[in-house]
Amino acid sequence: MTAVIEVRGLTKKYGDQTVVDGISFNVDQGEIFGILGPNGAGKTTAVECLTGLRRRDGGEVRVLGLDPKRHSQRLYQRIGVQLQESQLQDRLRVAEALDLYASFYPHPADCRGLLDRWGLGSKGGTPFAKLSGGQKQRLFIALALVGNPEVVFLDELTTGLDPGARRATWDLIRQIRDSGVTVVLVSHFMDEVEELCDRAAILEQGRIAALDTPAGLVDLAGGEYQMRFRPTAPLDEGVLLLLPGVSSVTRHGAQVTVTGTRDFASAVTADLARRQVIVADLRIEGRSLDNAYVTLTGRSLETS
Amino acid sequence: MNGFTKLALVEGRLFLREKFAVFGIFAFPVALVVAFGLIPGFSKPQKSLADQIGTEYIAGLGIAIVLVSLGLQVVPTIIAQYRERGILRRLAVTPVRPLTLLVAKMSVWAVAAILSVALIVSVARFAFHVPLPVKPGWFVLSLLLGIASLFALGMLVTAVAPTARSATGLGVALYFPNMFLAGIWIPANQLSPGLQQAGNFTPLGAMLHAVRDSWMGIDPRLEYLGIMAAWTLVAGTLAARYFKWDRA
Repeated sequence: MTAVIEVRGLTKKYGDQTVVDGISFNVDQGEIFGILGPNGAGKTTAVECLTGLRRRDGGEVRVLGLDPKRHSQRLYQRIGVQLQESQLQDRLRVAEALDLYASFYPHPADCRGLLDRWGLGSKGGTPFAKLSGGQKQRLFIALALVGNPEVVFLDELTTGLDPGARRATWDLIRQIRDSGVTVVLVSHFMDEVEELCDRAAILEQGRIAALDTPAGLVDLAGGEYQMRFRPTAPLDEGVLLLLPGVSSVTRHGAQVTVTGTRDFASAVTADLARRQVIVADLRIEGRSLDNAYVTLTGRSLETS
Repeated sequence: MNGFTKLALVEGRLFLREKFAVFGIFAFPVALVVAFGLIPGFSKPQKSLADQIGTEYIAGLGIAIVLVSLGLQVVPTIIAQYRERGILRRLAVTPVRPLTLLVAKMSVWAVAAILSVALIVSVARFAFHVPLPVKPGWFVLSLLLGIASLFALGMLVTAVAPTARSATGLGVALYFPNMFLAGIWIPANQLSPGLQQAGNFTPLGAMLHAVRDSWMGIDPRLEYLGIMAAWTLVAGTLAARYFKWDRA
């Protein structure tokens, strides 16, 4: 793996307030890298320093080997950016917008194909102002990809999309990654990062609180899983407590709930199988980055 | 096709889609010329207008209204909107610079202004027998300096106004005094000497004097051209110095 983005001690201040405080990370080629955190954590500012929209106050940044501070023009030919809360001219039509942006790049993508892939095939003649929130969002993703970039930066990718469109968007982002493009994803949605990212950094007050794979972040936080089932034969709960990783066993009527960490679930199911106890309504829950996030940062995303 | 040409073509198309703006810039001044031109005897020199042909005088007013509307209403409102809506910012992360969009946009408006003036002059000539500008070179130069100075002032308004709303407000606040001092509502020669003098120093007032004189065959006084050039230089430099590319 080669790093396409290298960040060392990146610092950005607004006045005497340090918004990004000496963060360091690498993004490897072909991965989806998430930057997660509450509003005001410095996510957008950090990414703006990577794309050259803002000038950093300290540290070193290389994107595709280029310093965004000095070689932004060369960089813009090779990256695609989707900005948060951006608009286009009201009367600019979808196909015109894509065609216009395609003309800026040396090796643009096929506009027709992009429109179809992003579900805008029938909207080519629609003015920007007449698009729904979700359609606008998809247009901006298409615009970020129209230059056939090597790295795409997506800020709040699925804001304004309905659940179906979010899933579809995630699939398309995976396809982009599979075609070799590196994706940097800024998000405050846990499920999105968990679903999509190969690795993610949790940003907290301008610093990286943790950086790992989504599963690694959950483990790091010691996140507990819950397993619930209904045994079809009598079961001695005390025996389950002795299994590795299991921390508690409770029973509500016919339903047994086992809590534990890491591989406890396979230990429990193996043990039940050995004793020929068949279970019904088996559910495993709580494997969530949400909980891990609260543990790692000491607060929840919703309340911050 | 390079970024500028492409942007200018797209912005030209967007301009034509704004029916209200197109009406204001092409149909309104022509309607003004036709309405006054139809008054019996108005297409002869008028004593009250320093012997200028009445219709020619009105055509000059039409040109002034087109330029000041573009410069002090359209330019600040639209450019500030482009900034506020993040259009300039979005362009900043492409290989094309946001400045290219501003220049493309100004070019579209400048071409619209020139076409509108050509239309006004043609209607006056062919419908009402008003002679073509007698000093065409001075006429064109006065027109171009008028466009440059009013657009520069409009850009200065955009540069100092933090929002699209305030840019529009500030533009309007300059629009009406400029029109008054230039003699759009009351002929300038009926204003008090002090106000006349003040009007001469505004870009619109200077432009109107220079355009009228060259239309009638008088070489425009160099002060008028100098005043427009100075406004262009000063307002343009300040605008470039204080322009913010991103919303506040």
